[in-house]
Amino acid sequence: MSEPFEPKIVGFLCNWCSYRAADLAGSARIKHAPNVRIIRVMCSGRVDPTFVLKALALGADGVMVAGCHPGECHYLEQNYKAMRRFHMLKHALQAMGVDDQRVRLVWASAAEGQQLADAIDQLVEDVRRLGPLNWPANWQEDAQRLKALEKIAHEHAEAMEVLS
Amino acid sequence: MSKPKGKLALYWAASCGGCEIAVLQLDAKILDVAEAFDIVFWPVAVDAKVRDVERMADGEIDVCLFNGAIRTSEQEYMAQLLRRKSKVLVAFGSCSHEGGIPAIANLNNKNEIFQTSYRDTPSTENPNGVYPQPETQVPEGTLHLPVFYDTVRTLDQTVPVDYYLPGCPPEADRIWDAITAILENKLPAAGTVLGDDTTVCDTCPRKRSEKKIKEFKRTWQVIPDAETCLLEQGLLCCGIATRAGCGALCPQVNSPCIGCYGPNNGVQDYGARLMAALASVIDANSPDEIQRIIEQGIPDPIGSFYRFSLAHSLLRRKKLAKAGE
Amino acid sequence: MAERVGVYVCHCGSNIAGMVDVEEVARWAGANLKDVVVARDYKFMCSSLGQAMIEEDIKKEKLTRVVVGACSPHLHEKTFRRACQNAGMNPYLCQMTNLREHVSWVSVDRKLATEKAKALVSASVERVKRQAPLEPMYVKVNPATLVIGGGIAGLQATLELADAGYHVYLVEREPSIGGHMAQFDKTFPTLDCSACILTPKMSEVGQHENVTLLTYAEVEEVSGSVGNFKVKIRKKARSVIYQKCTGCGICSEKCPRKVVDDVFEAGMGTRKAIYTPFPQAVPRVPVIDRASCIWFERQKCGACKKLCPTDAIDFDQQDEVIEVEVGNIIAATGWKMFDCKRIPQYGYGRLANVYTSLEFERLCNAAGPTGGKIVLRDGKTEPKEVAIIHCVGSRDVKYNEHCSAICCMAALKFGHLVLEKTQAKVYSFYIDMRTNQKGYEEFYQRLLEEGMVFVRGKVAEVTDAARKPSEQGKLIVQFEDTLLGKQQRIPVDMVILMGALEPQADAKEFGLKLGISCSMAGWYTERHPKLDPVATMTDGVFVAGACQGAKDIPASVAQGAAAAARVQGMITKGKVMIEPIVASIDEESCSGCRICNTMCPYNAIEFDPEKEVSRVITALCKGCGTCVASCPAGVITGAHFNNDQIFAEIEGILWDAAASPHGNGSAAAKPQPTAASL
Repeated sequence: MSEPFEPKIVGFLCNWCSYRAADLAGSARIKHAPNVRIIRVMCSGRVDPTFVLKALALGADGVMVAGCHPGECHYLEQNYKAMRRFHMLKHALQAMGVDDQRVRLVWASAAEGQQLADAIDQLVEDVRRLGPLNWPANWQEDAQRLKALEKIAHEHAEAMEVLS
Repeated sequence: MSKPKGKLALYWAASCGGCEIAVLQLDAKILDVAEAFDIVFWPVAVDAKVRDVERMADGEIDVCLFNGAIRTSEQEYMAQLLRRKSKVLVAFGSCSHEGGIPAIANLNNKNEIFQTSYRDTPSTENPNGVYPQPETQVPEGTLHLPVFYDTVRTLDQTVPVDYYLPGCPPEADRIWDAITAILENKLPAAGTVLGDDTTVCDTCPRKRSEKKIKEFKRTWQVIPDAETCLLEQGLLCCGIATRAGCGALCPQVNSPCIGCYGPNNGVQDYGARLMAALASVIDANSPDEIQRIIEQGIPDPIGSFYRFSLAHSLLRRKKLAKAGE
Repeated sequence: MAERVGVYVCHCGSNIAGMVDVEEVARWAGANLKDVVVARDYKFMCSSLGQAMIEEDIKKEKLTRVVVGACSPHLHEKTFRRACQNAGMNPYLCQMTNLREHVSWVSVDRKLATEKAKALVSASVERVKRQAPLEPMYVKVNPATLVIGGGIAGLQATLELADAGYHVYLVEREPSIGGHMAQFDKTFPTLDCSACILTPKMSEVGQHENVTLLTYAEVEEVSGSVGNFKVKIRKKARSVIYQKCTGCGICSEKCPRKVVDDVFEAGMGTRKAIYTPFPQAVPRVPVIDRASCIWFERQKCGACKKLCPTDAIDFDQQDEVIEVEVGNIIAATGWKMFDCKRIPQYGYGRLANVYTSLEFERLCNAAGPTGGKIVLRDGKTEPKEVAIIHCVGSRDVKYNEHCSAICCMAALKFGHLVLEKTQAKVYSFYIDMRTNQKGYEEFYQRLLEEGMVFVRGKVAEVTDAARKPSEQGKLIVQFEDTLLGKQQRIPVDMVILMGALEPQADAKEFGLKLGISCSMAGWYTERHPKLDPVATMTDGVFVAGACQGAKDIPASVAQGAAAAARVQGMITKGKVMIEPIVASIDEESCSGCRICNTMCPYNAIEFDPEKEVSRVITALCKGCGTCVASCPAGVITGAHFNNDQIFAEIEGILWDAAASPHGNGSAAAKPQPTAASL
C-alpha cells in the first residue's frame, strides 16, 4: 500500500454531552485524529445496534458510541439502555469475529473535551494497529466462483440460444 | 376457466425440502393450482429438465416459487436461469428469503465445513483426506461438482426478487393467499414481503405486561405457564421482532418463537432488532451485571438472534480469516 | 421528484479555511453529490450577507434542502433555520454540519481535514434529502407554580411570584417552612439576626392570598410537561386538624413526652411529641410525631386531645394525597450536612466536645437549648480555647471534591460570636480563606483584628490522648502549620467541625421525578453553568438555592428570585414552544409487545389495553429516541432522527469506504456475470 492506512471510523455522539465535548475539544483547539466522523443523535439511547452494523457493513473500520456519563444522562437514564444494548451488540460482534477493540462505548460529559479527544486518539490508534476491516470483502467471493459460473453458462449456452 | 393456463415453476436450492411439503399442505387446493397452472418445472415432482427451462423464452414462466438459499455455483446458475425465464420470481420460505438455517454455516467457511463433514464426524472414514473437488479427472473424462461457496446467500443477494413468502416453511394459508393474489392479479408492489406488517405478538394470545428481565432462561430450564408472555418468563421468544403470519403457532404450544418469518417491514437487520429490544429491558445498570445476564442467558448470540437470517443480516457472515480471496 | 440541495461551506474567516480546503469541498460537493444543484463557499456564512445568499438561492434556484458546513449547530443552527424560514422553506429542511469544532480546529493535516469535511458534507446531503418538514407545537402555560422546598430560596421564589399575582403551591416536608436559615443565630457578614430577617418572610408567605402552603408534605409524582404539570402531593397526617388549630401551643406545653430534636435542634435540644419545630414556625399548627407519641404507642395519655380548646387533635387522621396542576416547577430542595462521623480521626460522636457547625449554630442561638450561652456539653463550663476546623468533608477527594462555599464565612462568624460571648481564644484551621463576596473580606479583616488565630493547615487529628500535663483533660488538635512547615499540637476545650454542604440524600431519586439530572456529586444540573444557571434541561423545571450547588444566603435568594423571574416570563408569554422532535408509534403495525413501555423515563408511552397497542403522548415526549431504537418491530419513528435519515447519514459519511453505494470501492463495482449477460 502506498499511502498509510487511515481508519474510517463512525462516531455516534449524543447531542447533550459527548457532541458538546467534541465541540469543546474544538474550541479549546485540542488536536486529535481526524478519523472519527461524527453523527449527532439526541441521546446515546437512540443508537440502534443496526447503526453500528450498518457502518461496519459499509466498510467502516471502527465505530464509537458516546454519551453522557451514567447517572448524568440528559434524559435521566437512557444511557443505561445504551450501555445494555452495547454489551449485547458486543456479545454478538465477538461471535462474528469483529475485534473487540474496533467498537467502543465512551462516556464524556460536555466538559470533557480532552477526555473525548483522548478516547478518539486511542480508538484510532487501536484500529490502525488492527488494520483495515473491509467487511464487504468477506462475501465478495473468490474468482473460483465466477469462473464456475462462467463455465456453467458456457456449457449451457447452446441450449440457451435456442429461443432467446 | 376460459383463461389460458399460466406456467408455474418450483425449485429448491439449499433447503431441507420442507418447503416442497408445505406446497402439498395446500391439500385439496393443490387441484385449484393445477387447474390454473401448468407446472412446467418442479424437480421433486415433475419430470422436466434444466434443458427444458433453458429452451424456454425469457419470461415464459409466469410464476416461479424458489425455495432454498444459494450456496453453490449450480444454485446460483439456477437462480439466474429461473430469474430470466420467469415473469414473477418469489423467494419462497426462510432460506431463499433470508438464508435460513443453512446460512448459519456463514459462521464457518468452506474448508471448516468440509473438514467437519468429510473428516471429523465420527461416522466418517476418509483416511486419504478426499474432499469434493469442482473437477475430477477420471479415465472417462472430467467429472464436475458445483463449486461450494464460503458464504451462503439469499436469493435476492443473487438475483432481483419480486416477492417474498416468509416462513420455515410458509404456512399453507399464506401460500394460498399468495397464489390467489397471483391468480387474481392483485399482487402488491414488487419487492413486498407477503405477510402482515406487524409482529407475532399481535396474534399471540398470551398476556403481556411491562417487561423487565433479570435472567434469560433456556427452554430446558423452565416449564412456562401457558398464560403469560414467554419473554416475561425469561425465555428468549423472538415473537416481538418476527413478522406475523404464522398465527403464533409456537407460543401457542408453549414454545418460544424462533423467528422464521423474519423481520417486519422496513427493518434492515433482524438480529439487531432483537438485540436492541432484549437489551433494553434488561433490569440492571452495572456493566458487570449486564454482561453476566447476557453471557449466561444467551451463550449463542448468532444462533439466537440470526437463526434464520444470518445471510440476510447486514454483516452476512462471520469474518473470514482471509477475506475477499 | 428529486430534491434540489444547496451546499454552503463557510470559511469562518480563516478558522475553517485555514485547515480545510473549503473551495475544494464546495466544488467537490457540487460535482459529485447527487441532487446538489448549488454549492458555494463563503467567508462568513452566518453574516447577514451569507444568510442572504442562502435565501436568494432558495428562491432563485428553487432549493428544497439546505446544508451548511460551518460551526457547531449548537451555535448557529437557529440562525440558518431562520434564514431558510425567511425564504419560505421549512426550517427543519436545513442541516448543519460542524466543520470548525469537529474538523478545522482539531486537525493538523490539511489533506485529512479536507477529506473529513467532505465526508461530513456528504453525510448531511444524504440526510437532508430525507428530512421532513416539521411544525413546532405550542402549549398553553398554566399560571400556577409549584415551589418545592421552604428554605430561603424557595421562600424568595414564592414571594416573587405571589406578589406578582400568580398562584404558588409551596411544598415543604418539615412541619414548618424556614429551612436551615431558621436554625441560625446570626448571618454573615453583617451579623444581623437570622430570625429577624427570615420570620417576616415566613409569615408573609404563610398569610399570602396567592400561596397555598403545604407543609409536612412531599411531592410524590410529577407528570405532564412544561406548561401543564400534574403533581401528586402527599400531605402527611399531622394528627391535628389544620382548620381548627389556633396555634395556642397548649398541646405542646402539656405533652408529657420529650424527645431529642435531631432536625431543628440538630440533636442539641429536645421537643415534645406534639410540636412545632420552633416558636416562630409557619404554620403554627403542630404535628404529632407518631413514633414518639404515647397515644400511638399504647393508646394512653391523650393529654393534647383532652386539653385542646378547639378540639383540633385527630389521632385517626390519614395521609392525604392531593393533585395540583401547575405550569412550572421550582426545585429549591436545599442541602444536608456532611456526616462528620465519616472522618473518625476528628472524633465527632466519640469526643463530647467536638461539635458540628449546625450544632454550634444552635448552641449560640439565643433561642437555642442553652439560651445562646456558649458552653461545653456539660451545660455549664465555658470553653477557654476553641478550635474551628474548616473543610470537613469538603475539598477532599475522599469525601467531596467541591468547596462548600459558606464555611469560611460561617467559621469567621463563629469566631466572632465566641470572642464576643466568652473569654476564649479561637483558632481557625483553614486550607485557604475564601471570602470573595461583598463585605466578606472586610469581615475577615475584622476577625483578624478581633484576635482570632488563623492557622493554615489541615488538621490531622483531634484526640483526647494527652502527651503532656498541659494537654490533660483537653482535646488536642494535631496539625501541620503549612506556613511554618511544622507539625504542632494545640490543646483546646471545644472543636467545631465546619461540615461540608452535601446534596440531599434523595436528590437523585427526587430529580428523576422532576426529570432533572444531577452532577456526579449529586447537585442538580443547570441548563448552562454560566448563561442559564436556574433553568434545567427539562423545560418548565427550574432550580434555586443549594440544591444546585453549595451556596450562601444571598446567592440562594438571588437564585430564588431569578427562577421566579424565569417562571414569570413563561407565564406572561402564555404559551411555550415544544420542539417537534418526538417519537410516534404506527398503531396499525404495533403488535403491543410492550417492550417500549419501560423505555420512557417521562412516562410518555402509554399502553392501550383495548386496542393492545402502545402510544406516545406527544406532549410528554422529549425526543431522545430510546424507544425508537428499542422497538423490535421497527414501528416507532423518531421525527428528525428517523432510521432512514440516520442510515442515509451513515451511507453518506462512508462515501469513500469500500462498500458505499456512492463509493468508488473496487469490490462493489466489480460486474457479476449472469446467465443473462452471457
